[in-house]
Amino acid sequence: MGNNDVVIIGAGHNSLVAAGYLAKAGRRVVVLEKSSVVGGTATTDETFPGFKISPVADTAGYLSDEVKTDLKLDSQVEIIPLDPIASSPEPDGTHLAIWRDTARTVKEIERFSPADAAKYPLFVERMTKIAGVIEGLLKLTPMDLPSVGLADIRAALGLAGPVLKLGRKNINELLRLLPTPVEDLLNEWFESDVLKGALAASAVKDVTWGPQETGTTFTFIYNWALSDTGLFRSASLVKGGIGELTKAMAETARGFGAQIRTDVEVKSIDVERGKVTGVTLANGESIQAGTVVSGASPRTTFLELLDARYLDTSFVRHVHNIKYRGSASRMHFALSGLPEFPSLAGAETDGYLRGPIQIAPSINYLQRAFDHTKYGRVASAPYLDIVIPTVADPSLAPSGKHIMSVTVKYTPYALRDGDWAAKGPEIAKLVVDTIAEYAPNFPGLIIDQMLLTPVDLETVYDLPEGNVNHGEMTLDQFFHMRPIPGYARYRTPVEGMYLCGPGCHPGGGVTGLPGQNAAREILKDAK
Amino acid sequence: MPRQTPFHSRTNALCESQNWVEWSGYFSAQTYEMDHIHEYNAIRLGAGLFDVSPLFKYFIRGRDAVALMNRVITRDASKCGVGQIFYTAWCDDEGKIIDDGTVARLGEDSFRMTAATPTLCWLEDNAFGMDVEIEEVTDAYGALALQGPTSRDILQQLTDTDLSSLKYFRMLETKLAGAPVNISRTGYTGDLGYEIFAEPDQCEGIWDALIETGAAYKLLPAGMTALDMVRIEAGMLLLDADFHSASTAMFEVEKTSPYELGLGWMVNLKKDHFVGQEALRRENARGPATCTVGLEIDVLALEKVFVQNSMPLQLPYQSWVDELPVYSDSDQRDHIGRATSGTWSPVMKKYPVIGRVKPQYAKIGTRVYVEQTVEARRYAVPATVVKMPFFDPPRKRE
Repeated sequence: MGNNDVVIIGAGHNSLVAAGYLAKAGRRVVVLEKSSVVGGTATTDETFPGFKISPVADTAGYLSDEVKTDLKLDSQVEIIPLDPIASSPEPDGTHLAIWRDTARTVKEIERFSPADAAKYPLFVERMTKIAGVIEGLLKLTPMDLPSVGLADIRAALGLAGPVLKLGRKNINELLRLLPTPVEDLLNEWFESDVLKGALAASAVKDVTWGPQETGTTFTFIYNWALSDTGLFRSASLVKGGIGELTKAMAETARGFGAQIRTDVEVKSIDVERGKVTGVTLANGESIQAGTVVSGASPRTTFLELLDARYLDTSFVRHVHNIKYRGSASRMHFALSGLPEFPSLAGAETDGYLRGPIQIAPSINYLQRAFDHTKYGRVASAPYLDIVIPTVADPSLAPSGKHIMSVTVKYTPYALRDGDWAAKGPEIAKLVVDTIAEYAPNFPGLIIDQMLLTPVDLETVYDLPEGNVNHGEMTLDQFFHMRPIPGYARYRTPVEGMYLCGPGCHPGGGVTGLPGQNAAREILKDAK
Repeated sequence: MPRQTPFHSRTNALCESQNWVEWSGYFSAQTYEMDHIHEYNAIRLGAGLFDVSPLFKYFIRGRDAVALMNRVITRDASKCGVGQIFYTAWCDDEGKIIDDGTVARLGEDSFRMTAATPTLCWLEDNAFGMDVEIEEVTDAYGALALQGPTSRDILQQLTDTDLSSLKYFRMLETKLAGAPVNISRTGYTGDLGYEIFAEPDQCEGIWDALIETGAAYKLLPAGMTALDMVRIEAGMLLLDADFHSASTAMFEVEKTSPYELGLGWMVNLKKDHFVGQEALRRENARGPATCTVGLEIDVLALEKVFVQNSMPLQLPYQSWVDELPVYSDSDQRDHIGRATSGTWSPVMKKYPVIGRVKPQYAKIGTRVYVEQTVEARRYAVPATVVKMPFFDPPRKRE
């Protein structure tokens, strides 16, 4: 193989997006995937026979429209929008649902606070404006601070429009808000605990923070910027499961000429005199390439695949210090019927169960759940994010039966007492009991269940410390600081070696953006 | 309050001056007598005994010990034979010097490293992914330096091992007055001399034996004042005097590379990757920005300055550490560098100074001007670039 060939490590969705763009541009690309299927954390399988579950990622609502179009994904997969985008059953038997339609949501909020209901439309308008600016930033390659180049300025000019539209007052507001706790933001607007809990939950779903921690307004706005709902969280499924999306990405890449090999484990990235020369596989085979792109996490890439002794000390120290500290478990159930949430009375007919269900009755509830994590303990009353995908897509399970997928927070990777091997059954029971508090018939419906703890996520999916985003999505690990300061432009200290995974800007979620941005920079360097 | 070294009961009893300084958190004698000159003379004419226990000491052991040493230091550790010692520098990623010290190869896969500054964290940072064990042993060993022309004779009285076979920068394990010790032929005086490492409970006995035996060989316990004079004569650089560590420098301009410090000979660009190698490769190609030089002040010219002021010549009675401007001209218009330490050398009857100047002024024989202050007025006194070490007796290596 000649020097122009590109090896991409891993076939997660960002790798596949990068492969698609690079192959489309005429590069000869080979993707090497350790497992027997493509998709990385965005796969769908039949862990329970007859039931198709998406073990890690399940929402396609953050996928970039541009990626969708460029890689012709629209014609290959069917995206099912969910509505409501979140419903919160409350311990007292009431419930709140947030709908895509603001007017419909206002009516829901009125049951809790007429004042909040009156303010909600303005809140949506203001946040949408601010999120628009962040969205622009997320799609750019981060600037090389402090030495910003002309090209950066030219690229950033595209942002001038949304920023100017924001107005001086809102720019100040944006800068003031980003580092604040989401609780402070919501307290400035609303009085209802139920509403604030429902909104705050999405801000902490993908980070190990509670809503009272600094910077959670940033994650709140980040979700808003990328979501397909125009609101604070995404709510979409891929028909047949998220695995259909990554399969389609692989097909597109193949169509452009990329070669995708599964069951191929990369053992090391080979470097000579500071330049990448290719990779060596676990079976001893070497593949030469002038460009190697890693979809693996920065930790795996630099500290395991590369020989750390060829990297600068300060670089290794920075990579070593990236915060991962995952705290989410994933739990899946095969159910014989639909659970009944009395608080979502008439739920089935009203379609409440069609969207995500949040067990997050208040900000205090979320914060208390997080507080346990600070001390290495599992939350005694966990925050759960529940999706019953079979309501919107019955094809996923045998007729009349259902699947339930739950994100469980907080279950810290680093336990103070005990180890994860013994903790699993305890957490499984906690999840079942918690759901049963809101849906008493739930335990009787369970045909089968499966729990993925942070340690399982680490071992099965190569997610350091069980963090699905290859590094905490906190403000201090974002933009020009993701994965580490000085290396946020997908390039690495090794010439010809790039990163394309969610450890890079703009982070995790099935967005396709790290892969797209990385491919753009790789092609730039080839010129 | 500083801590006491394993020799403290003995050094304290002998320290008439009670002139203590703090050295890396330990009590260290500045002088033993009220005046340092006897101690200085002992080092050059007999032997001086220094308590150098505060040196930071590390053991590096394991399958990747050579790899770690090679990643950290600028010399090729694989070329250091068992029983051999390297004087070496280590640099940061930008090729700027962090510290210098010795690396002694104890076995195929084990080293002992000494450093002026705490280095454990740096070693650990660089050992990522390596099969190696790093242990700080600063407190686990007391250390003495026995330096001067009679040092070998003194030691030989106390051991059965034939010390005449112990070559410069080599070491051996033996017994000294019955106590197990590691003796290396190294030092910071540029003279014949040895460094002795022993476990703390052996230290007092070793000290007593050396003092007792040394009495017939003009041995005196010596402090830091005398040591600083002889290290300048030996052209040896002092951290925070002649250079600053890149890890504590406040400004970029304070950082220096081994090339700038005249330590280019210890930078091995051909070996496998080490920290700072790329930066040093680039610097080697373009040449260093400054060069460390030995300067000899023209004492007769200096005397004229004193005479102009109706004063007799005054020479520094002990060493100084400063940043004195160095000029290419007597008008003090063209600033070309700095003088960082100097001393009157009683044994050489000369005034050697260590400094750093622009490369075009580093050639031996170049005339430069060093600022000297007399009666609160600054003068540019002529000095000549000379070879370092200033004092280099053959007995150092013989």
